[in-house]
Amino acid sequence: MKSEYDLLVIGGGPGGALAARTAAEKGLSVGLVEKRPAIGVPVRCAEGVGRDLLEEFMDPDPAWISAEIDRAVLVAPDGYRMALEPSMAGSEVGYVLDRKRFDRELVMQAAAAGAEIQVKTRAVAPIMENGTVAGARIEQNGQVQDVRARVVVAADGVESKFARWCGVDTAVPLGEIETCVQYLMTGIDIDEAATVFYLGNEVAPEGYVWVFPKGPKTANVGIGISGRKSRDGNRPIDYLNRFVKSNFPEGRVVEWIMGGVSVCPPLEKTVADGMLIIGDAARVSDPITGGGIYNAMYTGRLAAQVAAEGIAKGDVSANALMPYDTAWRNSKLGKALERNYRVKEYFITLSDDKLNRLVHSISRLDLSKFSTLEIIKELLRHDPTLLLELRALRDLV
Amino acid sequence: MLVIRRDVCGYCGCCVSVCPQGALELIDAYLSVEGECSSCGVCARACPLGALEVADEV
Repeated sequence: MKSEYDLLVIGGGPGGALAARTAAEKGLSVGLVEKRPAIGVPVRCAEGVGRDLLEEFMDPDPAWISAEIDRAVLVAPDGYRMALEPSMAGSEVGYVLDRKRFDRELVMQAAAAGAEIQVKTRAVAPIMENGTVAGARIEQNGQVQDVRARVVVAADGVESKFARWCGVDTAVPLGEIETCVQYLMTGIDIDEAATVFYLGNEVAPEGYVWVFPKGPKTANVGIGISGRKSRDGNRPIDYLNRFVKSNFPEGRVVEWIMGGVSVCPPLEKTVADGMLIIGDAARVSDPITGGGIYNAMYTGRLAAQVAAEGIAKGDVSANALMPYDTAWRNSKLGKALERNYRVKEYFITLSDDKLNRLVHSISRLDLSKFSTLEIIKELLRHDPTLLLELRALRDLV
Repeated sequence: MLVIRRDVCGYCGCCVSVCPQGALELIDAYLSVEGECSSCGVCARACPLGALEVADEV
């Protein structure tokens, strides 16, 4: 590894890879470090992503797509199932990815653009100079070296340690971490074109169970619940085992996947002198779905663009990097995060009775688009009995 | 004192993200307690598998 780069990226997930690729394409010297020995493994993800969103970045490739999805099914606590099928029929709404291959593809694109990649290599401390992040102390295979950088991108995921070492409090409150377990199951009867979400306080308190197809008779079957609902005997693993026992007793588990997803608001500030924080590390995963792949890629690309401008001007202060923070907050993504946080705060207060009513109501809607906002809008328009119930959300639409 | 049950830990990092002290560090498949653990137990609650436990000091 060189001792100096324009941009040093900590973390080789989709966010870090996009930052590295974008910066390298702009002619910056880029180093990316990933602490694990392999990119993309172990997977920490349910692997779903919206089609439109993904295609902002790349053309879909069967090499890293496990399944194409054209509808979502919501299962109410009372067992009632409804399909969310956008009327723009014929086009799939999303994909379930093969993250092992997808992440590697993105990092290889960054490498092809000129970024240097180092795996089994981790940042152990920031290099601070006069309060500015000036690089990182990097350890690889027992060797430690100082690597200087004009700008560091903290892309170290849900653990988000690097920004923390630089003085940014990234800790997620217990009530706003979704603690998750997922089985990759095979030999199960599933609808291969639908993602299925099970709601309810018995099934998954302040969270949901998902079944995301991964191919014929194969799916990611997982659960996330709020950290404050987790305790011995009622941890995610216990809920998942109960769910699997009653829904897929015939299935075989071929992989365990664990992880945490933050559903808190994003960090108050995602820049510091010499540093940008992106993706899960910036707490920009979606508070309703927990989805974070697109959000990481979007913030990663934007971070690199703003870093390149700052470097060109010779100013990488927090002020000079602030356009990154402002731009993502004002973007469609930023607005959605703000809105969905409020919707999530409302949803977690709902009893199973109210959840049942909501799902039954949603089933009567004719949705043209596939979004939380669209669902709330249509609910308010078509179900006056919910007006009172949904008043907390009225000013959102 | 925080006890890590390595036979249960899935080294996912969920605990790292909630630690108010920043005292947990995950390197590949190895979770360690470094620095100022206050034995608050937040990590033990957040763990999806139940691999963490605050044990009474002896």
